[in-house]
Amino acid sequence: MSAGLELAAFGCRAIQHLDLVVAPGQCLGITGPSGAGKSLFLRAVADLDLHEGRMWLDGVEADRITPPQWRREVALLPSESAWWYDTVGEHFEGQPPYGLGQLGFESDALTWQVRHLSSGERQRLALLRVLANHPRVLLLDEPTANLDEVNTQRAEALVDIYCKENQPAVLWVSHDLDQLKRRCKSVYTLKQGRLTLLDVEVHPA
Amino acid sequence: MTIVALSPFDLTLAAGLVFVLALLSRAMRLGLERQLAIAAVRMTVQLLLVGLVLKSLFSHVHLGWIALVACVMLLAAGREVLGRQKRRFTGFWGFGLGTLSMFVSSFAITILALGVIIRPLPWYEPQYAIPLLGMLLGNTMNGIAVGMDRLTSIAWDQRTVIEGRLMIGDSWQRAIEAPRRESIRSGLIPIVNSMMAAGLVSLPGMMTGQILGGNPPMEAVKYQILIMFLIAGGTGLGTVVSIGLGARRLFDERQRLRLDRLKVQ
Repeated sequence: MSAGLELAAFGCRAIQHLDLVVAPGQCLGITGPSGAGKSLFLRAVADLDLHEGRMWLDGVEADRITPPQWRREVALLPSESAWWYDTVGEHFEGQPPYGLGQLGFESDALTWQVRHLSSGERQRLALLRVLANHPRVLLLDEPTANLDEVNTQRAEALVDIYCKENQPAVLWVSHDLDQLKRRCKSVYTLKQGRLTLLDVEVHPA
Repeated sequence: MTIVALSPFDLTLAAGLVFVLALLSRAMRLGLERQLAIAAVRMTVQLLLVGLVLKSLFSHVHLGWIALVACVMLLAAGREVLGRQKRRFTGFWGFGLGTLSMFVSSFAITILALGVIIRPLPWYEPQYAIPLLGMLLGNTMNGIAVGMDRLTSIAWDQRTVIEGRLMIGDSWQRAIEAPRRESIRSGLIPIVNSMMAAGLVSLPGMMTGQILGGNPPMEAVKYQILIMFLIAGGTGLGTVVSIGLGARRLFDERQRLRLDRLKVQ
């Protein structure tokens, strides 16, 4: 068994019979047309949707790990984040490890009212909330879709720091091919239920 | 005090009121005259039938017959709960959840009331058992119907929040905690309100009936108080059980939110 995330004969509504290994520290980019099921694929890996086949995290099979534990370790950052308490800080268990400053927030951001947040602020804080769980696998679904250039760089830099320190396996979904080229060693396209390696040089963004 | 017996003519006079209402509905184009007529006829037929059933039940006291009538009442209540759900569980669970919870709460409380509190002889004396069960089922049914409808609606509307909580590693219990609490509360508020208003705003139907039937007011009041307590207990128990089972059913063994188990009817 290999370390990191491993999928065998994995299938869900978006993908058929996929064998995939993402090693610790490896970042794998996924792009593809809208509606191809990139988000559905990530949801299934986070065990939020029904799926076929088997999954392992660091050699331990998914059904030997409780669902909450799996989702803390294999963390999905959805493109639209959800908030359920009034203030930002209530959504964090304790102080977030780092990043408020790096993401361009004041130190009192944790006391802010969630309903006053812009969509970009929500997205950056959601990233922070996910990292606070110290996941070993990151499933990032359009993590910078609502962000301007400055904040996109800030968010990418934060993911960078986390990756350097913790060596997680990363699946990064984005429409931004430049971003995927910057962040990932290999980029795949999801189309008609299959992941195919994209030759980045031949298909410029 | 003697009871003034009602003649068919008296009832016809009263039915005239509904007829006038139907005419009014036609004149004002409310479009309700058909439903009014059906409801009035159904009510009359159903009550006459139940009168016949009770009459023969009272003259042939047998546990088997009473159990049969109780089952019919339970199944009818189960259907009613199902009919009031905007989104209901698919398959057996749609009917089973509410019916099972009503069975647990109403039957348990009726048996408690008969065996420990009222203690008629025999304990299943239909004059007590059937009206008690009927009142418990009727009220528990309301609580469960309101609560379940709320639970499934909230789960549907707040799926992003519930799944958001699952994503950051909350258990299904934590993810559904707030909707569950809210649903149980909404199921219980009607009975709390009716206890608040009892006597001040409304004279409860059972008590009114007993007084009209010639019973001394204080006896009627004591029975009404008993019934109110039983109803509160039964509604509470039934709502808690059904919302608990329903909340569990919204998730599968891997704690995924399974909204595909709901369907709009």
